[in-house]
Amino acid sequence: MFHGYLPMILDGLQVTLSVALVSLAVACVFGMMGASAKLSSSPVLRGIGWGYTTVIRALPDLLLMLIIFYGGQIMLNRLTQAQGWGYIDINAFVAGTITLGFVFGAYLTETFRGAILAIPRGQIEAGHAMGLTRGQVMRDITIPQMIRHAIPGFTNNWLVMLKATALVSIIGLDDMVHRASLASAATREPFTFYALIGLIYLAVTTVSIIALGALNRRVSRGIKAEAVR
Amino acid sequence: MTAMLDATDIRKSFGNHEVLRGISLSAAKGDVISMIGSSGSGKSTFLRCLNFLEHPTAGQISLGGQALSCKRDRNGDQTVADPAQLRAFRARVTMVFQQFNLWAHMTARENVMLGPMRVHGLSRTEAGERADHYLARVGVAHRQDAYPGFLSGGEQQRVAIARALAMEPELMLFDEPTSALDPELVGEVLRVMRSLAEEGRTMIVVTHEMNFARDVANRVIFLDQGVIAEQGDPKDVLRKPQTERLQGFLAAQAA
Repeated sequence: MFHGYLPMILDGLQVTLSVALVSLAVACVFGMMGASAKLSSSPVLRGIGWGYTTVIRALPDLLLMLIIFYGGQIMLNRLTQAQGWGYIDINAFVAGTITLGFVFGAYLTETFRGAILAIPRGQIEAGHAMGLTRGQVMRDITIPQMIRHAIPGFTNNWLVMLKATALVSIIGLDDMVHRASLASAATREPFTFYALIGLIYLAVTTVSIIALGALNRRVSRGIKAEAVR
Repeated sequence: MTAMLDATDIRKSFGNHEVLRGISLSAAKGDVISMIGSSGSGKSTFLRCLNFLEHPTAGQISLGGQALSCKRDRNGDQTVADPAQLRAFRARVTMVFQQFNLWAHMTARENVMLGPMRVHGLSRTEAGERADHYLARVGVAHRQDAYPGFLSGGEQQRVAIARALAMEPELMLFDEPTSALDPELVGEVLRVMRSLAEEGRTMIVVTHEMNFARDVANRVIFLDQGVIAEQGDPKDVLRKPQTERLQGFLAAQAA
């Protein structure tokens, strides 16, 4: 039915998932940094956080990807030339994941910021008032509760980002969408292959929603049932 | 008797508004000091300045004769120069809050265990034993595995007291500990606090409970507009108030 292209498509799924998961990790790092900056007492850090989320969320993901991929390459070339080093080619996987991570980090910044603000201030104060360090308060009190508040927004961002990985095919990454376009061109059955990967995306997102739902129940222990969605 | 905690000329301004206008207090071991005053008199702010949850604009605080060395923060208020010194101070002077502030994602027992584990370096087993001891002390041992959201207000506040006790502090600060409770739950918390006073603990209690101030405290301080308007033995101060402000305040409380 798929003219033997199924294994090739599933290989592409592996690329898609790797890009998505690595981007997610990068996005979480940028998101935490962004949220910390925006909640910082330093006006400079708050300004940087504000600029980051404002600019990134204003521009289309595709445009940012092209700017960072091509712009980054040009900057790197200038730098290596000026230093007299050889030509360094930006790896499409690295460029794609950093770009996606950077873009979705801006969205996660807002999710994480809201999640931290949702923790009653008094609980953090109670930690400081008994002599815990900032790091201990963060690890034992803030992060465990922040996760619970962040899950709905996090789930949303993850789903959007998973689909945005399709954009990496534009900068030459051989993901599932790219493979499907090759297969449909070869067989002249575009609907078959695009519908197939559509179902695969649906399967991956369904599994994600179930898994994050389970995580939500786990981190919501201690919260009365009516407060948990 | 030597003073355990000494607070000298504590001042605090929020913008141009001076909330505390020079308050000094010295607590000796075994003192139970209740601070009363109408809302806005600065009593909670003063208590929060004692452990630097609020940064005082001026003044000095020392514990056991050792002063906390301060520097100016971004707003020009005082902050403790050495974070480690502040943490050590806070571990010896713990606080019970009006809103309990239990950590919602931990059981009652875990709430009590965290401080001793993180600050005193106790193992999980040792901290657990200590938690069991203090939860029993405040009468909520049977609720040890419940999360705060499933406890009544009175139970939550008693767990919060156990959490503060588990640090084995030299001084305990109570910030209106019964003000957020339903009237029928106030008694169980006051009974615990009274028994703590009876075993000789040093306590500073911001409260609206005049009976507690009269019967349990050995000193009462009446704050009015950011200064100490009257202080002394509760039996004298509450029975024969000298200032018009305190007379008016007590009349309003009795009404």
